[in-house]
Parts: sequence; C-alpha cells; structure tokens
Amino acid sequence: MLTLLAAEAAEEGHNPIIPAWEEIVVGSVAFAVLCFVLMKFVFPQMEKTFRARVDAIEGGIKRAEAAQAEANELLEQYRAQLAEARTEAARIRDEARADAEGIRQDVLAKAREESDRIIAAGNEQLATQRQSIVRELRAEVGTLAVDLAGKIVGEALADEARTRGTVERFIADLDTAGTAGGR
Amino acid sequence: MIAQSVVLAAEFPPSVEDFYLPSILPWGAHDNYWFTKITFLVWVAVAAIIIFFLVSYRKPELVPTKRQWIAESIYGFVRNNIAVEMIGPKGVAFAPYLTTLFMFVILNNFWGIVPFVQLSPNSHIAFPAVLAVISYVMFIYVGIRKHGFFKYFKNALIPPAPGFILPLLIPIEFFSNFLVRPFSLAVRLFANMFAGHILLLVFTLGGFAMISANPLLAPVSVLSWALSIALTFLEFLVICLQAYVFTVLTASYVQGALADEH
Repeated sequence: MLTLLAAEAAEEGHNPIIPAWEEIVVGSVAFAVLCFVLMKFVFPQMEKTFRARVDAIEGGIKRAEAAQAEANELLEQYRAQLAEARTEAARIRDEARADAEGIRQDVLAKAREESDRIIAAGNEQLATQRQSIVRELRAEVGTLAVDLAGKIVGEALADEARTRGTVERFIADLDTAGTAGGR
Repeated sequence: MIAQSVVLAAEFPPSVEDFYLPSILPWGAHDNYWFTKITFLVWVAVAAIIIFFLVSYRKPELVPTKRQWIAESIYGFVRNNIAVEMIGPKGVAFAPYLTTLFMFVILNNFWGIVPFVQLSPNSHIAFPAVLAVISYVMFIYVGIRKHGFFKYFKNALIPPAPGFILPLLIPIEFFSNFLVRPFSLAVRLFANMFAGHILLLVFTLGGFAMISANPLLAPVSVLSWALSIALTFLEFLVICLQAYVFTVLTASYVQGALADEH
C-alpha cells in the first residue's frame, strides 16, 4: 500500500504526507480566527457565568445561614428580655408586698401610739382633776371641821397653834382612812 | 446516476488523487489550493462554530436556555473531563484553547461523513500539522515559562535513573518528547481521516465497479454499499475519538511540561 502510494505520488506529484503550504496558511488563519473569537468573547464569558452561578448558590446558602443566625440571636435576646421582665415583675411584686406590709405596720404603730397617747392624756387629766378635787375637799373639810368644832366648842379653842395641830392630825387620819378605803 | 457511476467506476481503485480535487476558484484549476473544497469546508466549519457559540452565548443567563446549555456542556466537558482531569486545577487556564481545538478538529473531521460532502479537511496533513505545531510550541513554552529554560529541559530529558544508563535514556527521551510528539500527533489524525475516506471510497466505488463489470454481481454491490453505510457509523466513532485523543494528548503534554519532576 505504502509503496503503491509512493509510486503514485512520484508519478502524479501528490504526496499526502507533504503539506501544501497554501493549506497551512489557510488552516493557520482559520484556526487563529476561531481561537481569537472563542477565547476572547465566549469562554471567558462562560467562566464568568459559572462563577456567577456558584456565587448565586453559595451566596444563597450564606444569606440563609446569616438570616438563621440573626433569627436565633433575636430569639435568644427576646428570651433574655422575657426572663428579665419576669424577674423584674417578681421583684416589683415583692417590693410592693413589702411596702404594703411596712405601711400597715406603720399605720398600726401610729394608731397604737395615738391610742396610748389619748389614754395617757385621759389618765393624766383624771389624776389632775382628782388632785384638785382632793385639795379643794381637804381645804373645805378642814374649814368645815374647824367651823363645826368652833361652833361646838365656842371660843375655847381659840389657841390657834393648837387648833392647827389638831386639825392637821385629823385630816391625816382622814386621808389615810380615805386612801385605804378609796383604793 | 448511472453516468456518474460509470465515471466513478472508471477511477477504481481510489487513489491519492481523489484527495486533490480541482479548485473552486479559479474553477477547475489543478494544484491551486487557495480556494478548494477543502479550504471552503474549513471556513464553513470555523464560521459554524463561531456563529453557534456567539449566538448561543449572546445573553448568558444564570438559568441557561437550551442552546446556552449545549454550548456550556461542550465547554464544560473539555474543561472538566480533559483540562482539569489531565492538568489539575491549573488546567482551567487551558480549557478555552483545548475546547477551541476540540471543536475545530471534531467539526472538520465530521465533514468526512456529512452526506454529499464526505471529505474531511483533516485528511490533508496541512491542517493537523498546524494544530500539532501549535500544541508542540505551546507545551514547550509552558514548560520553559514554568521552570526556566535549563531546568525544563533537564526535567524533560534526564529521567531519575542510574548514571550509567543516562547516555541511552537521554537520546530516547529527546526523540520521544521533542521529535516524535508533533509528528505522531499530526499523522495520527491525518491518517485516520485519510484512511476513513479511502475506506468509504473503496466500498462505494467498489459497488459501482462490480455492478458495471457484471450485472450478476449486483447483490455483492448492494452488500458493499450496505457496508459503506456501516463504515460511516464506524467513521463517526473514529471522528469523535480522534478529536478527543488529539485534545487529550495536547493536555497531557502540557501536564507533562508543568509537572515538577518525573
């Protein structure tokens, strides 16, 4: 086969293994044009699209993750706030209870004090009145007794000094008897 | 059809001359290669690829349309299954060139089985040779840029072997890496397309030759034509495979040039 081809090539002048230079030029130019157009306008564009696609997918995942994280954070925050509000409410309730108790105690104490004061004032007034009544009565009883004795005895007992002593003694007796009986 | 068959049958068996058709402009001239069926097909293939990609990628969207998806699949196939697979993460930078190469080779190969055309430009060695030279220059350039001139050639030529065997190994490495590679790359593609065309010619023209030699041979002719249809499917396989092999080998050479050690 090879010898046949070689013989024919020698005879006809066409050897298939020797390139025609015109075809080399045409092939080079055609392939160069093809390379230029495809490698400049098409394939870089494709790489860009591939990257954009990857970005779109990965970006979507990343955004979703970020949103999830944010939601979790918010939830945590709300929970914390809720717990805080609860403890705050409990604290306020306790305080109010304590306040109310304090106020009650205060009012009670004040009322007790007031009543004590009123009672004391009454007692004192009573004692004072009693004292003044006793004093008046003593003076009156003395006078009455002297008058009575004077009328009974007449002028016999005019010695003043003696009279006073007698009367004093009498009243003291009366007094002791009175207090023993009165109390 | 009969007249044509007679004419074609007269040319049986097919020869190298069947690959050198008269030129289109000027019409019918021989040995004028500027505007022939071959070069015309190359331009049509280039135009078709450019138009397809530009139209389908005019307005790229995140959610691709069907045509955009097809264009992306072609690029993605070469990018992920050839460039990244062979070269690694750095291969992405080579993906545009490899995809262009793949498209150019596969479409020009494809002319070999397109009805009424049935002649691949790659059955003329000039086109595979251009591509092979580009691959050759590219992998050497990439290697030198990565390692520097001397270190690259040291890596490429001196395998990690005992010193006494190096005088034998260095010429072999030089021969296989820097002499055979571009040649084998070009010839593999060219020969496959050339042989494919010859095969189709043999079975098609053989049918005509037999039926015109003796009408009793008609059943054999029919068998011959049926086989030529079957061979067209085989050619389709070869077309895709050779485009893939050319691209993979280019990527593999680049990978070898970029590799740190052996």
